[in-house]
Amino acid sequence: MREPVRAERVSEHLNRALHDVLAADPTVHVLGEDIADPYGGAFKITKGLSSRFGDRVRSTPISEAAIVGTGAGLALGGDKAIVEIMFADFAALAFDQLMNFASKSTTMYGRPVPMPLVVRCPSGGRRGYGPTHSQSPQKHFLGVPGLSVLELTPFHDARALLEDAFAAGRPALLFEDKVLYTRRMFRDGVVDELFRYELVNGLARVAVEGVDGHDCTIIAPGGMAHRALEAMRELLLEHDVLCELLVPARLYPFDLGGVLPRGRQVCVAEDGAAGATWGAEVATRLYPVLWGRLARPITLVSAADSVIPAAPHLEREVLVHADTIRLAVLEALA
Amino acid sequence: MTGVIVEDVEHGRPSPLALGDLDRLLLIRHFENALLRLFGEGLLSGTTHTCLGQEHVPVALNPLLREDDFTFSHHRGHGHFLARYGEEAGALLAEIMGRRGALCDGVGGSQHIYHRTFMSTGVQGESLPVAVGMALRLRRAGHGALACAYLGDGTWGEGSVYEALNLAALWGAPLLVVVENNGIAQSTPTERGMAGTIEGRVAAFGIPYLRIDSIDLAAVRAALTGPVAAVRKDAFPLVVEFVTRRLGPHSKGDDTRTPDELRRARAGDWYERYAAAFPRRFAEADATWRRYVDDLVAEVSARPPAQWTVR
Ligand SMILES: Cc1ncc(C[n+]2csc(CCOP(=O)(O)OP(=O)(O)O)c2C)c(N)n1
Ligand SMILES: [Mg+2]
Repeated sequence: MREPVRAERVSEHLNRALHDVLAADPTVHVLGEDIADPYGGAFKITKGLSSRFGDRVRSTPISEAAIVGTGAGLALGGDKAIVEIMFADFAALAFDQLMNFASKSTTMYGRPVPMPLVVRCPSGGRRGYGPTHSQSPQKHFLGVPGLSVLELTPFHDARALLEDAFAAGRPALLFEDKVLYTRRMFRDGVVDELFRYELVNGLARVAVEGVDGHDCTIIAPGGMAHRALEAMRELLLEHDVLCELLVPARLYPFDLGGVLPRGRQVCVAEDGAAGATWGAEVATRLYPVLWGRLARPITLVSAADSVIPAAPHLEREVLVHADTIRLAVLEALA
Repeated sequence: MTGVIVEDVEHGRPSPLALGDLDRLLLIRHFENALLRLFGEGLLSGTTHTCLGQEHVPVALNPLLREDDFTFSHHRGHGHFLARYGEEAGALLAEIMGRRGALCDGVGGSQHIYHRTFMSTGVQGESLPVAVGMALRLRRAGHGALACAYLGDGTWGEGSVYEALNLAALWGAPLLVVVENNGIAQSTPTERGMAGTIEGRVAAFGIPYLRIDSIDLAAVRAALTGPVAAVRKDAFPLVVEFVTRRLGPHSKGDDTRTPDELRRARAGDWYERYAAAFPRRFAEADATWRRYVDDLVAEVSARPPAQWTVR
C-alpha cells in the first residue's frame, strides 16, 4: 500500500496493519462481534477485512468466552487468531479461556505449545459510555504466567506488534484506547516542535533533543501518551520542569530493555482504577535498578478507586487528565 | 404450553386501546425520538439504544406485572422502565443527560438504572443468573412475586443464559423471560448469530415457551395473563418470545441495513397501525405526548449537572 502523505489516524493505521497481516499470512483469522462489512466493527477497525479475506474474517455471535476459546483452538491447530472484544470490559467474560487455557497451555503439558492468539480490546473512557463500557482493565490481566499484555501506542508500528505477538507463541491481549483511535500516529521521530522520539529496544522515548538534566521521567502506556505529552509541554513551558516520556508497547511482562530513566523523579501514569495497578508493578521492577538514584518514591498516577460514571462531568472527576499528571509531577518535585 | 402462538391477522385492525396504554406507548415513542434528536444536536454524550418499534412489549406486559415483581433490563431499556414508571420520565431523562434529579445521580446513565424494583445493566446476558437468584428469593418470600428479565435475540449467544435457564428449571424459579426478537443484534441478523431457534433451545430445558407475534395489546394480554399467573403460583420459569422490529439504529447513526430491510421493519410498526385504526383519538394523544416530551426535554436541559451524592 502507498504511504499516506499525512500521518494516519491510529484507527487507520491499525486497520491497515490488520489488512497487511492477513494479506501476508494466510493462516491468520479474525473473529469478533459485528466486525464484518459493511459494519466493520463497533470502532470500524476491521473495515474491509471481511470483503477482502472472506471467511477468515467472521462476525460472531455475542459469545466472548467461546470466540476467544475458538481463537485458541485455531492457534492450537497451527493457525493464528486475532479476536476482537467489542469493549475491553467484556474481556472479563473470556478470562477463563485466557487464564486457564490459552496461557497455561503454552507450558502446562511439559513442553512448549505455541499459542499465537491476540485478543484486541478497545478500552478506556472519556466518551461517556458509562461504567461497563469505559474501563481500562489491563491490570486484571497482569501476572498471568504465559500471558502478555500489550497496548497500542501512537509510536509503535501495529503490524510489527501483531506479528511479534504471534512469533512469541504465547497469547496476548492488545489494549487499544478508544480516544487514541482518533489521534494521528507520530512519524519520523517527530512529536511536535518541542519533542522528538526514538524507538529503543521496543520502547518509545520522547524528549527534548540535546538537553540533559531531566527533572522527571514519565512512564505511560500508549493510551495515555497524548495526555502525558500535554503535561510535559506545560511543565516545560509554564513551570520550567523538564520531562521525558517512556512508552512501552508491552505492559507485561514489563521490561525497560536496558533503557534507564534519566529523570531524578519517576512518575507512572495509567488509566486503570487505583489499587494493585500496573504502575505498582513497574515501580517494583524499577526500584532495584534505580535504588540510590531516586530522590523520592516513584509517583503513581491512576484513575480513582471508583466505577466510571456515565455523566461526562462526573466521569472527568474519576479519570486521569493531562492536569492530573502535571500536578502529580509538580507535587513530587516540590 | 410450549408452542402456543399468537399471531396478528395480516395487519388487521388492532383492538381499541385503553387511554392509559396509548399514553404510555406515545410517551416512550416520543421520549426515544427526543434522545436521537438530542444526539443529533450534540446535546447528549455517550451512547443510547432506543426501543423504537418495540414499545408495545413492555406496555402490554405492564398490567400483568406487580410492583413487587423485580424487572431486569439491559442496554435497550428505556421502554421497559417507562412502561412501569412513566411518571419518572423526567428522572430517567435527567439520568441520561447527567442532570439534577437523575435516577442514579448520573453515574449509571442510559444503560445502568436501579430504581425500586427495576434494574438494568449493559453487559449482555449478565443479569439472567441474577434474575434466577432474585426469583428464588421472591419465591421464598411467599407473596407470589416473580422476576422478569428482558433479553434480546443476540444475547442468546452468551453461555450465562443457558446456565441460568438450567438453574431456573431445576430449582423452580418464578422467572418470566421476555425475549424481544427484533431480528438483529447490532449489525448481525439473528440467523447469522443463532443456530436453531429460541423455541428449540428453551424446549431442551423443559421450560414452557410462548411465541407472540402481535402488536395488539389486548391480544397479547389475553394470551399471557394465565401463563404469567401460573409462573407465580406454581413457581417455574416461562420464556415468552416476542417477534418485534427495531426501527432505529442499534445506538445512533450505526444502521447498515438496506432501505428494503428498513422498510420491512417499519411495515409492522404499532404507531402507524394504531394511527390508521383510530385516527382522531390517536392524533390528539400523539400531539399531547409530543408536547409533553418537548417540555420535559426543555425542563431537564435547564437543570444543573447531577451531583454524585453517595460514593
Ligand atoms: C457481553 C457483551 N458483549 C457485547 C456487548 C455489545 N452489545 C451491546 S448490545 C449488542 C447487541 C445485542 O443484541 P440483542 O440481544 O439482539 O438486543 P438488541 O440490541 O437487538 O435489542 C451488543 C453486541 C455487550 N453490551 N455486552
Ligand atoms: Mg436483537
